[in-house]
Amino acid sequence: MLKYISKRFAVMLVTLWIIITLTFILMVSVPGSPFNSDQSSNETIKANLEAHYNLDAPYHIQYFNYLKSVATFDFGPSIKQPNQTVNDLLGRGFPISLELGIVTIVVAVISGIILGIIAALRHNGFIDYMAMGFAVLGISIPNFILATLLIQQLAVNLDILPPATWSSPAHMIMPVLALATGPMAIIARLTRSTMLEVLTQDYIKMARAKGLSPWKIVFKHALRNALMPVVTIMGTLLASILTGTFVIEQIFAIPGMGKYFVESINQRDYPVIMGTTVFYSAFLILMLFLVDIAYGLLDPRIKFHKKGGE
Amino acid sequence: MKPANEVKTAHSPSQIPDDWFSWKDKDKGEAETVARPSLSYWQDAWRRLVKNKLAMLGLAFLVLLGLMAIFGPILSPYQVNTQNLPNQYQPPSAEYWFGTDSAGRDVFTRTWYGARISLFVGLMAALIDVTIGIIWGGISGYKGGRTDNIMMRIIEILYGLPYLLVVILLLVVLGPSLSTIIIALTVTGWVGMARIVRGQVLQIKNYEFVLASKSFGTKSSRIIRKNLLPNSMGPIIVQMTLTVPSAIFAEAFLSFIGLGIQAPYASWGVMANDSLGAILSGNWWTLFFPAFFISFTMFAFNVLGDGLQDALDPKLRK
Repeated sequence: MLKYISKRFAVMLVTLWIIITLTFILMVSVPGSPFNSDQSSNETIKANLEAHYNLDAPYHIQYFNYLKSVATFDFGPSIKQPNQTVNDLLGRGFPISLELGIVTIVVAVISGIILGIIAALRHNGFIDYMAMGFAVLGISIPNFILATLLIQQLAVNLDILPPATWSSPAHMIMPVLALATGPMAIIARLTRSTMLEVLTQDYIKMARAKGLSPWKIVFKHALRNALMPVVTIMGTLLASILTGTFVIEQIFAIPGMGKYFVESINQRDYPVIMGTTVFYSAFLILMLFLVDIAYGLLDPRIKFHKKGGE
Repeated sequence: MKPANEVKTAHSPSQIPDDWFSWKDKDKGEAETVARPSLSYWQDAWRRLVKNKLAMLGLAFLVLLGLMAIFGPILSPYQVNTQNLPNQYQPPSAEYWFGTDSAGRDVFTRTWYGARISLFVGLMAALIDVTIGIIWGGISGYKGGRTDNIMMRIIEILYGLPYLLVVILLLVVLGPSLSTIIIALTVTGWVGMARIVRGQVLQIKNYEFVLASKSFGTKSSRIIRKNLLPNSMGPIIVQMTLTVPSAIFAEAFLSFIGLGIQAPYASWGVMANDSLGAILSGNWWTLFFPAFFISFTMFAFNVLGDGLQDALDPKLRK
């Protein structure tokens, strides 16, 4: 177990290093200097940046300094917003994005599992077809399109929900719906297929023969095993929810990290792009690592000393 | 117990009279004939795919979409980028079948140009993924041992990279254009395909027919091409049909955050992004058509992929 964790940890560090190096290449490969070619940058910003990045130093020294500043979580100042560091933006945006992300995951996991169980219990019945049809639609409709459709129907036509910003639970409904539908559909399909498989197992027949109530069989015996694949795809789902927040925050004008990120891309605010990318990647890679470890801890059948892990 | 034993000994094989037996009336020759016509793997898969109504609906939609992407613009008297400001936001009518957008451009024409871009991006990304994935996964799985170990370590690391973040980063560096978007989508996109190919090759290379081929002295490259790949085609095709919609989604997503195809091209993502403002003023058609086609194309590829997965899986063969 310890060996597995340390191996995964090493892979995680290499992955992070690649991302950090990629962002460094981004910084040095932008035509001219990313900082002084821009009209909107004023003298103070320029001075701050040059002090921060040692732009006249040779590349390997710059690279070393960059690694050092990333390791100490210092992403430097923004080029477009004077007196703002990337850390300021992250500090302001991250809690909001995290809130949106957590609510989305909770909604997606709970509703997806419930939908999957119902579909599996009514296998090949009307409810099953409805639920799976809904799931395929959920996977097929991109979240940004769902978001605009929701705004048009619920905010413009019916006027029952506020169209944008992030200040009350009512404001959360549409962004969370738009963001959670895709992951929910994926979880529902996965839960359904593993539930169907688990329900044919001998120990379920045994439980039934014992006279346990169907309710108990599903929740105490079947669901535990049916949920393992859901845990394995949590990493991928987290990544898709996280990238989803970029557009959703943009569309709903939610002042989260994703909105700053998209703005920085449109304004070519390189330090913000680099800082947010490194931060997002570190966050995601850490989450993937934790999901992997959690999977091993949850399922006693997983053996860690197996070579190659395949 | 005892009487039964006696019966048994009384009728030991040599003592059983012949007239106790009779030929079963079934004609021997007839019993040996195969009731169903013999079908090749692909014929059988196709037969099962045709039975899947949803998958066929998807296939039909995609064929139609492909035809419209080629011939659609010819049907329309308007050009993609001709602006006609007095005709801004015309609702769908006999003159403008899908209406016009904020610059008075014909949405019908732009939709089919968008189909060209989206399908091209999706298909190219899938094709490149397959090519790299087959080479990488094939070598990794076939060679095994140290080679496999190193190649898989690289895959493991690439797999951990957040896909869309890398794509965004690359596009910021390379600048968005049709070719850079395809490059960015495939730089880490091939990893999934390589894993699938490797898994298949690992499994198939231990079968007897491969051993037989080896014992004839067949070269490795020929074994990979003639034995291993044809037999792992099923999962590869399924993965391909699922790569296309994710590439189409990624392209639309990139357009949305300002890194999509640039003018004069118009992709569905660009069209949807352009009409975000329009939706608040009630000009629904500017968003509806690109949104509908993105969603339905993804739907079609997804159901086709699901159908193919069932049809190509030999375990589900009936």
